[in-house]
Amino acid sequence: MNKIDRKFAELKSQGKKAFMPFITAGDPSLKHTPALIEKLESSGADLLELGIPFSDPVADGPSIQRSSLRSLDSGTTLGKILDTMSQIRAKADIPIAFMSYYNVILRYGIEKFVKDAVEAGVDGTIIPDLPPDEAADLISVARDNDFATIFLLTPTSTDQRMEVVSKASTGFIYCVSLTGVTGARKQVSEMLAPTLDKIRKHSDKPVAVGFGVSTPEQAEAVAKMAEGVIVGSAIVNVIEANADNPEKMLDEVGRFTKKLSDAVKKA
Amino acid sequence: MLPDERGHFGIYGGRFVPETLMTALLELEEAYIKAKADSKFHEELDYYLQEYAGRPNPLYYAEKLTEYLGGAKIYLKREDLNHTGSHKINNTLGQALLARRMGKDRIIAETGAGQHGVAVATVAAIFGFDCEVYMGDEDIERQAINVFRMKLLGTKVVPVSSGTKTLKDAINESFRDWVTNVHNTYLMVGSVVCAHPYPVMVRDFQSVIGKEVKTQIMEKEGRLPDYLLACVGGGSNSMGLFYPFYEDKEVKLVGVEAGGLGLKTLKHGASLTAGTRGVLHGSMCHILQDDDGQIMPTHSVSAGLDYPGVGPEHSFFKESNRAEYVSITDEEALEAFKLLSEQEGIIPALESAHAVAHAMKMAPKLDPSEIIVICLSGRGDKDVQTVIKLLSEEI
Repeated sequence: MNKIDRKFAELKSQGKKAFMPFITAGDPSLKHTPALIEKLESSGADLLELGIPFSDPVADGPSIQRSSLRSLDSGTTLGKILDTMSQIRAKADIPIAFMSYYNVILRYGIEKFVKDAVEAGVDGTIIPDLPPDEAADLISVARDNDFATIFLLTPTSTDQRMEVVSKASTGFIYCVSLTGVTGARKQVSEMLAPTLDKIRKHSDKPVAVGFGVSTPEQAEAVAKMAEGVIVGSAIVNVIEANADNPEKMLDEVGRFTKKLSDAVKKA
Repeated sequence: MLPDERGHFGIYGGRFVPETLMTALLELEEAYIKAKADSKFHEELDYYLQEYAGRPNPLYYAEKLTEYLGGAKIYLKREDLNHTGSHKINNTLGQALLARRMGKDRIIAETGAGQHGVAVATVAAIFGFDCEVYMGDEDIERQAINVFRMKLLGTKVVPVSSGTKTLKDAINESFRDWVTNVHNTYLMVGSVVCAHPYPVMVRDFQSVIGKEVKTQIMEKEGRLPDYLLACVGGGSNSMGLFYPFYEDKEVKLVGVEAGGLGLKTLKHGASLTAGTRGVLHGSMCHILQDDDGQIMPTHSVSAGLDYPGVGPEHSFFKESNRAEYVSITDEEALEAFKLLSEQEGIIPALESAHAVAHAMKMAPKLDPSEIIVICLSGRGDKDVQTVIKLLSEEI
């Protein structure tokens, strides 16, 4: 059984919801990433979405765009991230899903990517510009290697899309809470509840909600509706604000993660 | 027939987009298939192409240039004479009629040289759409005249300061806008790029170029040409010229890419000649990327060719050897810009000057009985500022 499946099963049996932060690997540089992940886990993260930077992140708003750029500017590559995984795994045990745009994986080689990622201790992948319709190769290699393929559903998804995407998803289904790019919003989108209702009609797989969730209040509200809550831009903003002071960066990220995680656990 | 029902030309094309856009692309495809089968849609489009855009435009025998180069007979397809000054209006009229049928009230678009942006702003004005055009900071500076034209036409030009500040980043921003405002917004893509159905739809709208050439050359010469030449950025004027000749295997197709400062310098936009397979802006095609799959910065003297990807059907034409792709440097394009102005009294767009430059190399080696047709995709008024700067010592 994949580590992501195990985590959601374990939380379900405890009546709890999952908190899943997002950070970009290599932001501000790869030497900070293992300690950041250790801090995220010790502050209550249940799973981690770890970004592989790409030069043209079309699904991302300004916060994660800047985060990708900082990471690329410090020389981060997929190969170096995979090399760093051994240091990460020495410090943290939480399930990790890579988030990458498709071209980076295509260039690395789909089969090599899945095998190297599994060997490095990565549990699955989220590729926002790869709908299942184009993912036959990835899905086939991933199934053979017990590597989760997490696809996205959105408020615009029709019943037909819900069927295709929920079938192809393993680990969990990533529900985008709004129509738009990643980034903090003032309130939780009104589109979320009806979208979740629609997903439930097609699947009983765990659903984690991301895009536009940035405060403990929002995280708590979302956790009442779904099995998992993903917060990215708001955490990345904390990293950005403290990029020149690594100790303070770890403290602030830890403090903010704790608040978010406590809020999720309250729900 | 290509593409297949999910937009693949062989291994190229497809739909690599965030899920939010999948439904929008499927809706667009359905609306387009319906419109394509409706004779009223074609009547409407033909009306605007003729009465508003000024089609058909001439296939002009460039006698003086032919004599000067001393080889093959050269014809120019005068897309520069269209309303708004380039081939881009062929596509925006088609898509505007489609957007109106779909009940959308807002249009967004990306632009590099500003030729597509102006053509979008124009149809937005005549059909009454709200319109925003994304344009990279660097392009805004080098294509200032087109920026002013768009504003005059009532369009909001949104500067893009992310990434390389050129066409690639303008497309990224237009995608981000579409993801956000998909319920009322129509994304008017300007080339045969992006996710299905854009490559096939834009090709169909631009095919009027090749269809006219076919009729006109039969009238003038009684036979098909030996070579078709056109510049390739995203590749819409070239695909519009090439596609109607796809089955005429005796007609050789030559696409001319931006060689910039030279292919060895890595400062160019030649994705077909120097790129590798990848996924950019929703489709699989040849792209300029580094070893880690990051998109590389490009360079061309012409903003319209300054792009690291290309239409997937061109990638297919290249791999199946139906078309040949070559590159022309900035310097060679400038020479052609001057030569066509001096010899024929026609100032070409810097993009189109790339095609003329390749004809300068080819024509002298060919027999006078052979025929070359060049797509003169746009006029050069917009580039005069750039050229003044580049040739300052000589003026």
